[in-house]
Amino acid sequence: MTDVTRLSAAELAEALRKRELSSVDATRAHLDRIAAVEESVHAFLHVSGDDALATAQDVDARRAAGEEVHPLAGVPIAVKDVIVTKGMPSTAGSKILEGWIPPYDATLVERIRAAGLPILGKTNMDEFAMGSSTEHSAYGNTHNPWDLDRIPGGSGGGSAAAVAAYEAPLAIGTDTGGSIRQPGAVTGTVGVKPTYGSVSRYGLIALASSLDQAGPVTRTVLDSALLHELIGGHDPRDSTSIADPLPNLVESARRGATGDLSGVRVGVVTELQGEGYQPGVLARFQESLALLEKAGAELVEVSCPHFPYALAAYYLILPAEASSNLAKFDGMRFGLRVEPEDGPVTAERVMAATRGAGFGDEVKRRIILGTYALSAGYYDAYYGSAQKVRTLIQRDFAGAFAQADVLVSPTAPTTAFKLGEKLDDPLAMYLNDVATIPANLAGVPGMSVPNGLSDDGLPVGFQILAPAKADDRLYRVGAALEGALQAQWGGPLLAQAPELV
Amino acid sequence: MSTISRDEVARVAALARIDLRPEEVDRLAGELDVIVESIAKVNEVATPDVPATSHPLPLTNVFREDVPEPALPVADVLASAPAAEDGRFAVPQILGEE
Repeated sequence: MTDVTRLSAAELAEALRKRELSSVDATRAHLDRIAAVEESVHAFLHVSGDDALATAQDVDARRAAGEEVHPLAGVPIAVKDVIVTKGMPSTAGSKILEGWIPPYDATLVERIRAAGLPILGKTNMDEFAMGSSTEHSAYGNTHNPWDLDRIPGGSGGGSAAAVAAYEAPLAIGTDTGGSIRQPGAVTGTVGVKPTYGSVSRYGLIALASSLDQAGPVTRTVLDSALLHELIGGHDPRDSTSIADPLPNLVESARRGATGDLSGVRVGVVTELQGEGYQPGVLARFQESLALLEKAGAELVEVSCPHFPYALAAYYLILPAEASSNLAKFDGMRFGLRVEPEDGPVTAERVMAATRGAGFGDEVKRRIILGTYALSAGYYDAYYGSAQKVRTLIQRDFAGAFAQADVLVSPTAPTTAFKLGEKLDDPLAMYLNDVATIPANLAGVPGMSVPNGLSDDGLPVGFQILAPAKADDRLYRVGAALEGALQAQWGGPLLAQAPELV
Repeated sequence: MSTISRDEVARVAALARIDLRPEEVDRLAGELDVIVESIAKVNEVATPDVPATSHPLPLTNVFREDVPEPALPVADVLASAPAAEDGRFAVPQILGEE
């Protein structure tokens, strides 16, 4: 039998359904893989082997009894540590939550458990999802399986690396400015940021509430569709959750896989290419455009003139919202409590001592930036102006989607950089998200599909954006591109990654 | 354009309830200066005629049925609290001696 960790989630699900394989064996194979590669990759902050095997055993018993189970039942999954899991540590990559055991599950975790997917563990991330390299984790770096000296992207570098290193067929990420899509691009995996409000935020430790969105991290477009359908849909516990049913994503992925994109208008965004993008990234992008055209798509050049202001608006809106959201980490009800070294031990002084000791550099930087941008005398010039730019970005999208069904760009301007390379230059780090941020500001869905290797032999991602609530278009175009590329490569891109053991 | 002084960083850090070491204040003053200068470019296009948007989707008040549901078990919630007493969070004294 082939190595089950190399199977896609859809293939694994099929083998489980036919009972050619048990969930216990599938789960054990992934736990063995984790044990073999974690020392070099460090994608996980917590591995919940016993819990996963208990779930697997239960699913196997239910299947054996002839019970109707969810199509993904028994397929193991990893969950980003920013999502709360009952009885399982959830640190969000921060020392301030070290040792905290949440007393409840996020809605998406409830759905995963109800469907019978064994949860392998919690994945590493930049502290509170602030970063593009996972280097801001308080628990050490995650290494890119393509080159262990390089970053796996961020903030969800752990989820992307786990999937790329065959430690899990499925993972959950969260995307506030690109934290699913950019790690997908630099690790050669698929990542989807759903329409804002289409996957419940209940139980996500909030970074920026108007931008955060959880979504799938997988090796194939179809696997993302399967997972997206499982975790998506209305949740009364999230007041920003969309009440409409999800479009049919799996069907769209299967339709795209036939390779026919006749009648699809693909808008190439002028402002998301050119200066600042690596030549190899741009070359792969042009080749992918040619493949889409060959599949029958019509290419149109669209301009989004305010996108060059998106990064600036984002780095005002995000810190502003984060400074408010992270106020709850005050050492009173959960997590770390640190008393001041001298002077009276009052609540406010304990809060300041706790936050000073418990937050890392990037978190402090952003909270202080956000507090500054919201403070008296600066509010209109900074936060107010950023909110106006948000309007302009949304208008740009509306104009572009009048001319095209989907918009496309490179996902990230460069391939994975070296660990440590940008750690001392926050602005250079922020530039990684230049192409992914506009979607978060407008709430529209986006996907990154691996579309080749750059001149340095490292993976590149192709970004597809669709109008709000039209996530199905991502899957159709993404699956078509994936199919055309894999036909050229003679298999998945990840087959070209170095063996880790 | 903007200059963020050490004092300004210290003032904002106090508002945000974060104790910073002197070297952190120094470093942040320099870093925030560069960042703020870069993000101030939003003012180039944020003209008075453009309305502000706070949220990606148009939202109105959202209501759900007022159905009583069991709350989280107190013991589970307090199990991970820094300090607890008599089924409640135990916190330091709220007011300082003035």
